[in-house]
Amino acid sequence: MTTAKVIGLRGDDAVAYAVKQCNVDCIAAYPITPQTIIVETLSKFVSNGEMNAKYINVESEHSAMSATIGACLAGGRVFTATASQGLALMHEVLYAASGLRCPIVLAVANRALSAPINIHCDHSDVMGSRDSGWVILFAENCQEAYDLTILAFKLAEDEDILLPVMVNLDGFILSHSLERVEVIPDEEVKRWLPPRQAKYKVDPKNPITFGVFSLFDSYFEIKRGQEEAMRMVLKKIPEIYDKFYELSGRQYSNLVKYKMDDAEHVIVVLGSTAGTARHAADRLREGGIKAGVLSLHLFRPFPTKEVQKSLSNTKTVTVMDRAISFGAQGGPLFEDIATALYDTPNRPLIASYIYGLGGRDITSRQIREAVRKSIQAQEEGKKIIRMGFIGVKGGE
Amino acid sequence: MEVKTYFRRATDLPREELFGPGHRLCAGCGPAIAVRLALKAIRKPVIVVNATSCVEVASTPYPYTAWAVPWVHVLFENTAAVASGIVETLDKLVKEGRAEDADVIAIGGDGGTFDIGLQALSGALERGHKFLYICLDNEAYMNTGIQRSGATPRGAETTTSFAGKVIPGKLEYKKDLASIVVAHAVPYVATASIGYWLDYVNKVRRALETDGPSFIHVLTPCQTGWRFDASKTVEIGKLAVETKIFPLYEVINGVYRINVKPKSFKPIEEYLKLQGRFKHLFEPQNRHIIDEIQQQVDARWKRLLVLEEVSQRW
Repeated sequence: MTTAKVIGLRGDDAVAYAVKQCNVDCIAAYPITPQTIIVETLSKFVSNGEMNAKYINVESEHSAMSATIGACLAGGRVFTATASQGLALMHEVLYAASGLRCPIVLAVANRALSAPINIHCDHSDVMGSRDSGWVILFAENCQEAYDLTILAFKLAEDEDILLPVMVNLDGFILSHSLERVEVIPDEEVKRWLPPRQAKYKVDPKNPITFGVFSLFDSYFEIKRGQEEAMRMVLKKIPEIYDKFYELSGRQYSNLVKYKMDDAEHVIVVLGSTAGTARHAADRLREGGIKAGVLSLHLFRPFPTKEVQKSLSNTKTVTVMDRAISFGAQGGPLFEDIATALYDTPNRPLIASYIYGLGGRDITSRQIREAVRKSIQAQEEGKKIIRMGFIGVKGGE
Repeated sequence: MEVKTYFRRATDLPREELFGPGHRLCAGCGPAIAVRLALKAIRKPVIVVNATSCVEVASTPYPYTAWAVPWVHVLFENTAAVASGIVETLDKLVKEGRAEDADVIAIGGDGGTFDIGLQALSGALERGHKFLYICLDNEAYMNTGIQRSGATPRGAETTTSFAGKVIPGKLEYKKDLASIVVAHAVPYVATASIGYWLDYVNKVRRALETDGPSFIHVLTPCQTGWRFDASKTVEIGKLAVETKIFPLYEVINGVYRINVKPKSFKPIEEYLKLQGRFKHLFEPQNRHIIDEIQQQVDARWKRLLVLEEVSQRW
């Protein structure tokens, strides 16, 4: 570890800066707000010779992910970025990427889905791709967007893993916000991620058939294999976090725990809202409520055991989802947390709150109100609040 | 215009089979012939990218493969995009000594090219990647069971253009795909038929020698979908050319060159009558459709002659 340089970067710039340092061979680029800055910045890097990568201006996100798969199977280190409708258009290709075990890194500047059209932040896009077999990481700030992008390549390309990785950063809130980012010197990142040497690739000397026709006698085992690789992520990611600490001086973990040691009332959240939740927790503590915040860097594979451990001695768990799962019992994060708590000895009250859809602001006060409602329900002997809403007009 | 001929007889082609026997395509499968021949016309190692199709499904039933070359199938509509990624990355990696050099051949059926894959194809052609795209045209979605595509000719019966009492099969004419590709101003575009195999293998090689995107639209009769005897595949492939319904031509840097131009052509009926998919056209109430097809064939041939003549002067 050497002295880091501190610069001001927007979240999108931070991702692009990381990609520039990672010996990436091929980028597939297609614009979509609020991700566009990433591909614009990369275009500048490539055109100015600051980065030696092939830059393919594809004609859709569907082709972006497709070209990325091709580039990956050719043996390259590959990157693309998208958001919202773009991720939705990629949907079927995402499954092909994971099924073909392509270690692709994809940045998603999270944005709401149409209709109605909305360009602002929520997590409907990534949650729609939740089951596509990708490792899913969430950044809380621009520094994390930078760090997790670098880390994502290491994770994806680990030979025991070989899975694509999605790095999520909240649209506009992070993608377009200028923050202080410590960047690692180029040569150190390049040493950490030397040019990719792919074990499985399209090589005339060793012809492999990729993307076979697999029927009921083999498909199931191939899918089970992907699940094994997901389990392997949980096993190997601590080691990668530690190696990244050696590189950057920043220690990552699957969960970020804030005042969790003695917390009785916990807010669980993904992405940039964690900071607001911490503010809410501080205020609640001022009022005598032992509040804490649990935020997740790693959403898939879901770090079940750690979540169970963190929440085992709590009274209420308020889960905040920036995505709605229509007709379900709560948001997608809620359902994961609720399932994790099922076999814990002291099940706390668990509450689902949908917030911030289409970029609606979320305030510390609103989060505090949600926690108070959870506490009240728990005191009334309830065990669960299903599909609650925060900050929606016309009744919550 | 000087055009190089690489193969003059069958013995000029290598004996080596890169598309191996043992695949599960039908006896008399036109696309299988086109794939086998294409891989005999290569100039250096190739990587094949294959769209979802009969060829894809029948050649790679896990754990078997018919391919002795690196082969990739991703999805139905994205073959040209997958090829883009391979071509560009390979270019970089070969220059850096990190990969073996190879030509990239993308293969799609008519559904995967005319219809669902047209956008990805257009994007890849516009970007100018150096690769060959071969469209194996059997004029319907055969892999799913003979459904109408943009390549299905007027009058043909498919399972989604049923020849009934009110609607006599497909009403619309076939999409002119080669012209769409020509509009992208790519350096090499050709039509071909497995009935003219020597013409076809030379086109494959010329395409591979082209510096830029190249495209071959090859007619590959399907005995199952067109309903003819499995021994007649090549004959039907010839008749398509001899009746002018599928003219053979090349467009090299915008200049048209018709490859087969006999003095007299056979009437379209001779082509239609051998195929069960056109059987209903010979009923009295539908005979007018045969006349209309003949008129359209003649008009398109005339247009092609004009294009050949005019493009010499461009």
